[in-house]
Amino acid sequence: MSVLTQQLVLGVLIGGLYGLAATGLSLVFGVMRVLNVAHGELIMLGGYGAFWLAALLGVDPFAALLVVVPAALLFGALLYWGLFSFVVRAHEEARVKNSLLIGFGLALALHALAVRLWTADERAIPTPYSGAVLSVGDLAIPVVRLATLAIALGLTVALQLLLAHWRWGKAIRATAEDWQAALLTGIDVRRAYVLAFALGTGLAGAAGTLVTVAYSVSPAIGLEWTLKALIVVVLAGLGSMLGTFVGGVVLGVAEAASAATFGGPYREIVGLVIFVVVLVVRPRGLFGR
Amino acid sequence: MLEVRDVEAGYGDVRVLAGVSLSVAPGEIVALLGPNGAGKSTLLACIAGLTRFSAGSISWEGQDLRTVHTHLIVERGIALVPEGRRLFGGMTVQDNLELGAFAPRAWPARRVALEQVYALFPVLAERRRTTVQALSGGQQQMVAVGRALMAAPRLLMLDEPSLGLAPRLVSAILDALATINRAGVAVFVVEQNVPAALRLAHRGYVLEGGRIVGEGTGAALMADAHVRRAYLGPLAVRPSGERGE
Repeated sequence: MSVLTQQLVLGVLIGGLYGLAATGLSLVFGVMRVLNVAHGELIMLGGYGAFWLAALLGVDPFAALLVVVPAALLFGALLYWGLFSFVVRAHEEARVKNSLLIGFGLALALHALAVRLWTADERAIPTPYSGAVLSVGDLAIPVVRLATLAIALGLTVALQLLLAHWRWGKAIRATAEDWQAALLTGIDVRRAYVLAFALGTGLAGAAGTLVTVAYSVSPAIGLEWTLKALIVVVLAGLGSMLGTFVGGVVLGVAEAASAATFGGPYREIVGLVIFVVVLVVRPRGLFGR
Repeated sequence: MLEVRDVEAGYGDVRVLAGVSLSVAPGEIVALLGPNGAGKSTLLACIAGLTRFSAGSISWEGQDLRTVHTHLIVERGIALVPEGRRLFGGMTVQDNLELGAFAPRAWPARRVALEQVYALFPVLAERRRTTVQALSGGQQQMVAVGRALMAAPRLLMLDEPSLGLAPRLVSAILDALATINRAGVAVFVVEQNVPAALRLAHRGYVLEGGRIVGEGTGAALMADAHVRRAYLGPLAVRPSGERGE
């Protein structure tokens, strides 16, 4: 019993990162109707950013967030202007197709770049507190992972508040609902797109940092994280960032439960099963509008 | 202040506007009549900058609007209430209205503008925290008009504001337009309810097949044989609530 509980706790902890990874993807897809299949590679890049700061400059990985996130915001804006701004002008169908092509191209390029810069090896960031464990009864909760869960939740709440109250946050939501109506209220929707894409990339950078400090990073994790994020977006539905976070936790727990019950290899399968079942039974997702 | 000259526009090979000229002066209410497919919505979309036109010119307060982006046209004082309202359904009444004041010119005065809209449509003040999709059609239309007013426009354009509304609500919306106009805002309205539109408007234009085929004062158009036959029906006079579609 306690083995299962322990597994479920670890599932919640990684689920928070699934949730954070998915908020960025959900934001970009919801606003621009562009599926950024390179989202996982952006997460990977954020992870290497933190790794470099730690390895070369000795920066604490949590403090590295303060550098990685702003850098990722800027990188996101550049990516938008360089690649995706051409896509959003196209009509719906061409937009989805072209964004997939651009996304896959970007994913391949970033993967190759990462192999070249950091080799294909797995990297982790050792810290003095890496092994710290919080004991609750006979449960052992890794402190670093608990901290990543808290930060992921904090960032999601911050994003939700930003979208609810900030002037441009409301503009982003309005653009997501109806971009032509948004134009008619005087919103520069191109700017809303840049902001949404930059925010999505910033969140990917944060997620990558947290993944790397709590687990590890390698050039190959991109596709895996894109898939996790996509499953969570489908599971949670569009429209609510906190809902997306909860969806991530649900996926983490479901993976842990199936791994504990049926064995490790089933961890990856449960997400795909959820993906298909949700699409069939409830296509707008658990919390989708 | 709005001058439309020989505007041609279309989608692909289909020419929707075949040289349209008209004008709206400050403080005027101008109605645009015409059958479905005549190009009325396209003309409004051209003025608002949503659709590019292939020939002719549209100028506003002496400045050419051809290359001006939609959001900057709003900033210059033209607001459009689009057909079908196009509200942000998942957001509250108040959020929808506030977004209407997004243009930098209107944003600082949004609190005052909000109170003015609530004074015009008191029912919206009661429902300010309600999500728009939970409102009735009439209330949604009030939000749509209110949202456009939040931009503090000097020209308010409306595309079929009474479409699908009960007669009582049609007159509520049209009465509101008269009130808005008395505050100095020019109104350019596409309306299927021809008798009501012509009673409200100072002047009107008739658009058919992408061309202006008639113009005149509201009373003159009301008496015009072609208008009576095409838009007012054989009985010529209908109760104001009924839509002349």
